[in-house]
Amino acid sequence: MSSAALYNDQTGVETAVDAGQESTPSTSNNSGAAFGLFSADFKKNEDLKEMLESNKESPKLEAMKRIVGLIAKGKNASELFPAVVKNVASKNIELKKLVYVYLVRYAEEQQDLALLSISTFQRALKDPNQFIRASALRVLSSIRVPIIVPIMMLAIKEAASDLSPYVRKTSAHAIQKLFSLDPDQKEQLIEVIEKLLKDKSTLVAGSVVMAFEEVCPDRIDLIHKNYRKLCNLLVDVEEWGQVVIISMLTRYARTQFTSPWKGDALDENSEKAFYESDAERNQAETNTYIMDPDHRLLLRNTKPLLQSRNTAVVMSVGQLYWHLAPKHEVSLVTKSLVRLLRSHREVQFIVLQNIATMSIQRKGMFEPYMKSFYVRSTDPTHIKTLKLEILTNLANEANISTILREFQTYVKSQDKAFAAATIQAIGRCATNISEVADTCLNGLVLLLSNRDETVVAESVVVIKKLLQTQPSEHSEIIKHMAKLFDNITVPMARASILWLMGEYCEKVPKIAPDVLRKMAKSFTAEEDIVKLQIVNLAAKLYLTNSKQTKLLTQYILNLGKYDQNYDIRDRTRFIRQLIVPSEKSSALNKYARRILLAAKPAPVLESAFKDRERFQLGTLSHSLNTKAAGYQELSDWPSVAPDTAVRNVEIIEPVNEIVPKAGKSKHLKSDKFYSDEEEEKEERSDSSSSEDGSSSSSSSSEESEDESQEESSKHSSASENTSSESEQNSSDSESDSKQKKTKKTQKKKKAKTAAAQSDSDENGNGVEASSSSMESSSASETDSDSDTDEDMKPAQNNIREKSKLQVKPKKEVSLLDLDDFSQTSTNAPKPSVVSHSLLSDLEGLSLSNISSAMQVTTSTFSQVKDYDLLHHMSGKGLAAKYHFPRQPCLYQPCMVTVQLVLSNTSDHSLEEIHIGERSPASLNIHCFNTIERLEPGASVTVSMGIDFSDSTQAANFQLCTKTDQFNVSIQPAVGELLMPSTMTEEDFCKEQSKLLGMNETSATITVPTANISRLAINKEILSVANVGAVPSNQSDVHRFAGKAVSSGSLVLVSLSLQQSPTALLTVNTEKSVMASMLLRVLTQALTAA
Amino acid sequence: MVDAEQSDLCRAHIVAAEMIHSLFLINNTGDIFLEKHWKSVISRSTPHHYLISVYRGKLFLLSVIQSEVPPLFVIEFLHRVADTIQDYFGECTENVIKDNVVIVYELLEEMLDNGFPLATESNVLKEMIRPPNILRSVVNTLTGSSNVGDTLPTGQLSNVPWRRVGVKYTNNEAYFDVIEEIDAIIDKSGTTVFAEIQGVIEACVRLSGMPDLTLSFMNPRLLDDVSFHPCVRFKRWEAEHVLSFIPPDGNFNLMTYHVNSQNLVAIPVYVKQNISFFDSGSCGRLDITIGPKQTMGKTVECLSVTIPMPKTVLNANLTATHGSYTFDLATKVLIWDIGKLNPQKLPNLKGTLSIQSGVPKPEENPSLSIGLKIQQLAISGLKVNRLDMYGEKYKPFKGVKYLTKAGKFLVRT
Repeated sequence: MSSAALYNDQTGVETAVDAGQESTPSTSNNSGAAFGLFSADFKKNEDLKEMLESNKESPKLEAMKRIVGLIAKGKNASELFPAVVKNVASKNIELKKLVYVYLVRYAEEQQDLALLSISTFQRALKDPNQFIRASALRVLSSIRVPIIVPIMMLAIKEAASDLSPYVRKTSAHAIQKLFSLDPDQKEQLIEVIEKLLKDKSTLVAGSVVMAFEEVCPDRIDLIHKNYRKLCNLLVDVEEWGQVVIISMLTRYARTQFTSPWKGDALDENSEKAFYESDAERNQAETNTYIMDPDHRLLLRNTKPLLQSRNTAVVMSVGQLYWHLAPKHEVSLVTKSLVRLLRSHREVQFIVLQNIATMSIQRKGMFEPYMKSFYVRSTDPTHIKTLKLEILTNLANEANISTILREFQTYVKSQDKAFAAATIQAIGRCATNISEVADTCLNGLVLLLSNRDETVVAESVVVIKKLLQTQPSEHSEIIKHMAKLFDNITVPMARASILWLMGEYCEKVPKIAPDVLRKMAKSFTAEEDIVKLQIVNLAAKLYLTNSKQTKLLTQYILNLGKYDQNYDIRDRTRFIRQLIVPSEKSSALNKYARRILLAAKPAPVLESAFKDRERFQLGTLSHSLNTKAAGYQELSDWPSVAPDTAVRNVEIIEPVNEIVPKAGKSKHLKSDKFYSDEEEEKEERSDSSSSEDGSSSSSSSSEESEDESQEESSKHSSASENTSSESEQNSSDSESDSKQKKTKKTQKKKKAKTAAAQSDSDENGNGVEASSSSMESSSASETDSDSDTDEDMKPAQNNIREKSKLQVKPKKEVSLLDLDDFSQTSTNAPKPSVVSHSLLSDLEGLSLSNISSAMQVTTSTFSQVKDYDLLHHMSGKGLAAKYHFPRQPCLYQPCMVTVQLVLSNTSDHSLEEIHIGERSPASLNIHCFNTIERLEPGASVTVSMGIDFSDSTQAANFQLCTKTDQFNVSIQPAVGELLMPSTMTEEDFCKEQSKLLGMNETSATITVPTANISRLAINKEILSVANVGAVPSNQSDVHRFAGKAVSSGSLVLVSLSLQQSPTALLTVNTEKSVMASMLLRVLTQALTAA
Repeated sequence: MVDAEQSDLCRAHIVAAEMIHSLFLINNTGDIFLEKHWKSVISRSTPHHYLISVYRGKLFLLSVIQSEVPPLFVIEFLHRVADTIQDYFGECTENVIKDNVVIVYELLEEMLDNGFPLATESNVLKEMIRPPNILRSVVNTLTGSSNVGDTLPTGQLSNVPWRRVGVKYTNNEAYFDVIEEIDAIIDKSGTTVFAEIQGVIEACVRLSGMPDLTLSFMNPRLLDDVSFHPCVRFKRWEAEHVLSFIPPDGNFNLMTYHVNSQNLVAIPVYVKQNISFFDSGSCGRLDITIGPKQTMGKTVECLSVTIPMPKTVLNANLTATHGSYTFDLATKVLIWDIGKLNPQKLPNLKGTLSIQSGVPKPEENPSLSIGLKIQQLAISGLKVNRLDMYGEKYKPFKGVKYLTKAGKFLVRT
């Protein structure tokens, strides 16, 4: 397109648009008048300038609208920059937005002037309105002016810790913009990304992963800690974010988990192995693959997204399953992928491409849906050919007859390109399925008498290929083709037949020379490609049957020698030298026969999609079948899985930093619709973990609870929304709605009568007769300061009654529990309880499967003692405390979990806090990940695992910062070297009877009377030793069971109150040193008043 | 669809992985009439990039991308742009876009930030940029006020991004249309080669506040495969097979579903057809009769037959007992519009076709596309059981409507 034409054309369009707009006096001056192009343009801009400089807003707005119109049409409006930029601080929000649009477009070209506007944005970044902060950051980061990089960096950093998740989302977007403007900022940007990755908001998740993918896709280590969170948030993330996260997690999983296909590969691909050696297979089965729970988590949490309306999401889940799931689970996605075929044709095209690739490897996956790939005459050709491709891939002995019948219809299609593709497809079926080879071949031969040239030509070509693959007796077909030769005009087909004649000339010794004779006559009239084959045929016949064809050959070679095409002249010359012996003949002459009549390898008829499997499904590269810029290879599975512990979440974020929003923490504080159940659940999970240790023995129960909480949190999302809103905005309307909600009314559902329903069905348009409205009534826990406080109690009772009435829709609620908690639920939960349940939530995630294997309960005795590890004086500002959280260690079962609270009391930030040398050197410590940076005044909690080998010997190690090392030691109390274990009274007695004599230590102690209640004794004992109480019928004997962490040997403690105040305290264990120490501390604890 | 061109090597050192770089709107004569860039500007003449386009309403929406991105991501987004324009202005055509170029440009600005979709929910967008209506444009011209909202849409922040807050109606109503389409291929002899039902539930919900709706079916097991609007809670569906959701405000597609089982698919009409071309005399004969098959006692309406004739057919001389037919001489498409199907007197179309002389007769007979509608019937038998509302205390007006249509209903001849 020449630039003048472009210009012309646009002006025309623009006038049209101008006419369409409300005509102000100023525009009407110009329109219609026949100005020269440039002067008109110039004039217009002058006029716009005036309007922009006016002191009224409406002409300014009008001018900006026209300018944006110009930009939209791709016209240059940059000369107005000075006039426009003045309006950047306008109060009128629409004008401002238009100015922003303009700025983003032209700032790069007018850098100096653009700088004028920067201060406005800097001011706006501090605006109390989050919307304004966000849009200021959006524009600021879109101004591609290198000089403001530091300002952008600062703004991004600030926005990343903004209270509003929307602003944080914007900062994630800004990261990418800054990175493309100045890649040198990478390191700093990665820090921001790391911070944002920890964000628990669903709003931020998609955007920050996008930034991660762009800036540092190789820093997979940043994902570890956030992996589980991302998996769990995924369902609630907006659609576009889901796509990005899924594709990132696909890559992640391929580096972190082992292949789930090892076992499968055996039965899928090599059936021989199955039959040959059962023993081998059995062996393979015995060392069965166990999927990493995190791997499973990903698969489980992505599955519901297959039901998304967004085709990109469905496809990305599809590819995730394809690349990550065990083979037998991949077919889960089939149905959804087939569903996408109903979408727009562009979507169809991409999905069909992917299915084509998949169907090569896994026929079974799509075979049940074969009919969905039947071609309609209304499909566009490229869709038709793809469907054909898939049908061909799916063909097997069982369905081939159905497919061939379908193909027969296609061959007759008016769409000749498609008909030709069908013939190719038939050829492929014939080679793949030997049973039908003859049928196909005969069918193709019949097609030779088709009236359409393309069909005939394609048939010949395919027959040629088929005959080559089946070098058996096919002289009949060749004869038939020779007969048809005169009627075939398509050069490619003619050439193919000639080639066949030559190749199999010995099988048709009578016909071949005759064909050559005919060709000699028509040689000059043939197409080049045919001529080449005539020369070829002549040469071959000369070698096999020189008696009959010598003269013909020479004649043809002479014709070829003077042909107009140099290719043919060359070929003729070459052939002549090769076959005709002369005195000067070269050494090649002897080999002419071997050269020309060598057995040719048969062409392989295979899918064009065969080589696409090297690309990840669903990617652009896959669609193009060529590597697109920025394509990242999917790595192979590691043979040994990297440490799975890296994904354990250690750092329990202080809740204060981030305003609760979507994510798990939100339901704690929100104004809920099903608030009674919610609370109750809270209470339950909480009580189960704190009071009866035995019931929470398997963390899977916690996990499922977790899920149901998540679900119910979704139920209540509407009201949550309002509450979280109000927390941030406290806008008037919000509080209004809250007050409304607290006015309680309730109605019973009317049962819908059958008659009413059939009525409505008859009418169709009719209203669903029954009307039932449930009242939302909810009590907020957070707005206790509001005036609705007093209503709360009766309100909740109301709800409770109501939920008894409506049993059906809420199956998950068991009514009994309501009574149990009727007292507690009216109280607002104490903060400690809340944070505790949050904590156990998080643990529930990380514990999955591990603790259940250990059969150890998590006793969460809430009073933990803090011990000093490093005083801030000796640590040059770094202070460290530790405590034993009494959780099973996630890294290794033989380790004791120790939580460190590191705080920076100095006035400068500390960097690279990590664990250095340890002594004894053999000491087995699982270190926390290096803390890159600890700001002054900040503190962080990390957890580590130490294997004390069941001794109270101190673990010595160095706590290092970037500059210093501090020797520290942790000496465990003997009680912390235990883990509680669950057993019945019987088991306890049985075990105890095995541990008598040497293994028993006992002492008689005096227990103060204040301490003899069961509760008091439990409390005292649990405070010093991490053991579990054994439920007992006897009121005077208390039993506790535990296990040594390292060795796993049982430690049984029993206290029998013979006659108060004296009691007999017995410890039974193989570890005699431990026993005596334990006895000592227990005695101390119990006897102390 | 996807064109590849060699990526610009000069730029290769920075692998800028932004998603959508630029968007061009192109009419069907090939002229660009709107362009929007989210990164630095791309020259129109030499795009050394990957191009992905979609075709909607005689418009091409063409996006430029520079690096690897899932193509469906882009395609889905472009369709969402077209949907949004359609939602705002009633249709997505060149004229409408040209008339509202500023609003469209502002919309694009909000929908994509740095090539990554930002706000694509129509409820959210409408809060930021109000769709034009006559009243408002009059008010705007008089008062100089604008179409641009000055607050951040609350939907953006919540986990119910599809619904705006503070919705108020005097009449609270919720309507659901269960629309099913029959996709079928019938072969020459009248046997069904392939048939399935695609259903969609279109909702029009105008309810105040934050209603929480539950829609249940009499026979949810029928549904073979489903996809939902993001508002529907997956887990509730998995566990109880009910649709539980907080609806967006206004019109939306609540779910789509698929009924696969072939014997369940009732074919409402049969077609007796005979189209033949003769070698001599350059003419052909056409005779089509349509009768009711499994209509569940309902009336078949809007019945039509579309036949793309072979290119060699010059004209058609036919008589129809019901309705009227048209033959487009340029596209060679014969459309027979029948209307209501009367079971007592079956519609018939009969007559001769004139064919270009001197060319061989058409190899294949054209296939027939059938169009039809049956009111008040979901052909799969799917029935809505009840709709309950929680969260608000007023009584909404509720309605369910059923409709069966022919989708890609093809009769091979």
